[in-house]
Amino acid sequence: MGRHYLPNLAQREEMLKEIGFSSVEELFADVPKGMVKEFNLPEGKSEYEVFLELNEVLSKNKTVLEMPSFLGAGTYFHYVPAHVKYLIERSEFLTAYTPYQPEISQGMLQALFEYQSMMAELYGLPVVNSSMYDWGTAIAEAALMTVRLHRGRRKRFVIPKAISPEKRAVIETYTRGANLEIVEVTWDESGKIDIEKLKEAVENAAGVYVEMANFFGLVEENVREIGEIAKEAGAYFVVGADPTMLGIFEAPGELGADIAVGEASYLGNPMNFGGPRAGVFAVRDDKKLIRQMPGRIIGMTKDADGKRAFVMTLQTREQHIRRAKATSNICSNEALVAVASAIHLASLGPKGLKELGEVILKNTAYLKRRLSEVAEIPFEGLYFKDVPARFERPYGEIHEALLARGIHGGYYIGEHFPELGETALFSATETTRKEWVDALIEALKEVA
Amino acid sequence: MFRQAKWDEPLIFELSREGRVGYTLPKPIEDVDVEIPEKLKRKSTLNLPELSEPEIVKHYTRLSEMNYGVDSGIYPLGSCTMKYNPKINEEIAGHPGVAYIHPYQDERTVQGALRIMWELEQWLKEITGMDRFTLQPAAGANGEFTGVSIIRAYHLDNGEPQRDEMLVPDSAHGTNPASAAMAGFKVIEIPSNENGTVDLEALENAVSERTAGLMLTNPNTLGIFEDEILEIAKIVHKAGGLLYYDGANLNAVLGKVRPGDMGFDIVHLNLHKTFSTPHGGGGPGSGPVGVKDFLRDYLPVPLVSYDEENDRYYLDYNVPKSIGKVKELYGNFAVMVKALVYLKIMGREGLRNASEMAVLNTNYLTRKLLGTRGYELPGKKLRKHEVVFSAEPMKKETGVTAMDVAKRLLDFGLHAPTVYFPLIVHEALMIEPTETVSREELDAYVEALKRISEEAYGNPEVVKSAPHNTAVRRIDDVLAAKKPVLSWRMYLELKEKGEVDY
Repeated sequence: MGRHYLPNLAQREEMLKEIGFSSVEELFADVPKGMVKEFNLPEGKSEYEVFLELNEVLSKNKTVLEMPSFLGAGTYFHYVPAHVKYLIERSEFLTAYTPYQPEISQGMLQALFEYQSMMAELYGLPVVNSSMYDWGTAIAEAALMTVRLHRGRRKRFVIPKAISPEKRAVIETYTRGANLEIVEVTWDESGKIDIEKLKEAVENAAGVYVEMANFFGLVEENVREIGEIAKEAGAYFVVGADPTMLGIFEAPGELGADIAVGEASYLGNPMNFGGPRAGVFAVRDDKKLIRQMPGRIIGMTKDADGKRAFVMTLQTREQHIRRAKATSNICSNEALVAVASAIHLASLGPKGLKELGEVILKNTAYLKRRLSEVAEIPFEGLYFKDVPARFERPYGEIHEALLARGIHGGYYIGEHFPELGETALFSATETTRKEWVDALIEALKEVA
Repeated sequence: MFRQAKWDEPLIFELSREGRVGYTLPKPIEDVDVEIPEKLKRKSTLNLPELSEPEIVKHYTRLSEMNYGVDSGIYPLGSCTMKYNPKINEEIAGHPGVAYIHPYQDERTVQGALRIMWELEQWLKEITGMDRFTLQPAAGANGEFTGVSIIRAYHLDNGEPQRDEMLVPDSAHGTNPASAAMAGFKVIEIPSNENGTVDLEALENAVSERTAGLMLTNPNTLGIFEDEILEIAKIVHKAGGLLYYDGANLNAVLGKVRPGDMGFDIVHLNLHKTFSTPHGGGGPGSGPVGVKDFLRDYLPVPLVSYDEENDRYYLDYNVPKSIGKVKELYGNFAVMVKALVYLKIMGREGLRNASEMAVLNTNYLTRKLLGTRGYELPGKKLRKHEVVFSAEPMKKETGVTAMDVAKRLLDFGLHAPTVYFPLIVHEALMIEPTETVSREELDAYVEALKRISEEAYGNPEVVKSAPHNTAVRRIDDVLAAKKPVLSWRMYLELKEKGEVDY
């Protein structure tokens, strides 16, 4: 089936004859005998049948529109303005390849240049690539980059212990080949990075990574100080930040970051069960850093008429030219996700991004205040999106009871952080409704 | 004649007018007082553009009009498989049951999503002859890294840490050596013979007790089927290495030949090539990796499994020797949905028809173009999904290069082939029409290439100065690299210093 995608199927014999072949089999004469097989696959179906079938399958999913959910922990329910989705589905964007022919791909190139430019403003660093796969791979690439910057003489990369297990696992896998030593720095009693422990870990480190709000949602107050400690030890300073907080929190570049990373898909993109996403990757305007950057970068230049134009640039870093010596193996990235993110950012503008940060901060504060009525909040401090709540009762039982009431509770982190006991991360964003929080607390009062 | 829109569209920052907003947010649910510590408060200016929604829509619509996609016309980029992206794929992927589900939801509330992933895996297993798949990798290169990391883990597990050499043919995609290097391998290049396929003697000489594996795409990047594939597999396996299949070129044999039957142990696929999901101007892609049974314990976590007894799909973290994670969460789920829709519509016969028509279209184009002055065809005449012509004679005789030919094609509203790749062909024009273009489009493409040949020998200037009909003229990419302007912020600084005049 699917013959409606195959225009020449009806002219097959004619075309074969025209080029001197008597059958399709002849076109495959170079395939060793017996290798062509009959596949054990279902017959094709009509578009309508597949439409019905998949609608039915997908209706088995319970969405966050049908069930108040307090899940966050690195993936958040943000609302995507309708025009963002509409614009990125313009088929000239959607169905294009990587802009290898820039003259006929100016639209995508300019849109990506604008993405880089907006992220440069948010993160306070002027050089941004046109995306990595996600935040996790962006940290991993940053780790590898700091080691290259030290010409491999330093192989230690310091990360906070209060990091997402997803990100932690990606960093491990990505840096194994280059033999990096990943060192975790635990939190102190306030929940923030333990500065004394950091001072020990940073010795001979290639890079130090910190997040402006850690995995528990707790805002890291000492970003600048951590950067100073890193630099004093001769390490590069890598800062991770959620872009939705940067309307109200200082830009990583202003706090001393050499490299900043984050998750662009929090803007302009739905959760999609966790993917696609897009990693932000930004660096200082320093030739040494730029030369070691991974990923595609769009630059502005001019055309033969002296007119402004855009093109993929600094490609001698990349795999298609440098092959085994490339700064990264990345080829396809997450361009369309990045453009969606940029369109959302442009729609918010400076005031909107600030407002978004404020709304999230206030909604998180409300959630935290209400949660503290029914659970223990392990650390005092300012929270952004995620709030940890520790219960007496096993969280699995609480989760069951909430689900029975049509509420999806938070993400249990006791498995990854046993020292925190029966703790789950509950999350709020601008999409959180007051009645959802109130219903959650009522339910928790009954079951926790 | 083709004329692309030329909007002279300013950057969105230049369209900004103070006070305008493009979106209205909901209010906070409770007006709680929250203080940000002084030292973390944003004090630096936030220079984002200020526009209303209609202005934003016009800006990006104009930009889209200065872009070319598969829906605009033929897009025969070699090794990219730019086939038509069925609209039903987008329709299904836009379902709220895709967009509005969180990856950490209780498995009972995402059975639909897990079933889609599981079903997709069953299709991919049969198509490749592999036994287990991870859908986690975000793109082909991410899949390659997954595959070679598995090879590394396997040899270490077998007590063979000395296997640190990855063999890669000189015709391979650049990502192959880059991925191998990232996983810690030393890359050994294997030359091609005069047929354009792997030189068996060179391969024999290259393998040793240090060989970890061979990364191969079949058909190769010349579009030639490695007809000695079984010999190749024997040599690599005998030496103790594993055979890795780069699935970028699977469209040539889709539904006809399985990499598993060719002797491959590991396969990565590109859902955004072979399985019709759109490439989005650079991504998102999706690069599932399949392995033979003896490698399943090394796959990334989690896998998706099915508990038949309880009719339940679940995320399976029970992968004892897993390499870990190559990306957060489970992969590009929305892309997987599109690929499954495509597979279900095509079915067994449809997939086979797709590869057969892709190969027919390529050979049709090859034979029609053959003999045209200035282009030659190195290697065998019979091709699979793509063909690589060389414009070397044209360059020698007229000074017109493969790049000039590519730029001139744009003037006819036809996308250029991949150029200067594979590296083993000089002045390479790598053409992959795919099965979804019509004969008339193929004829028009051949006609355009013939006309360019005539121009090259008659009036080469018109080719050398191409393109003329696109949004901008030939771009100065040397200047772009010499004087990097990588963001609006950098532009403003350089402009103020008078270092840029555009």
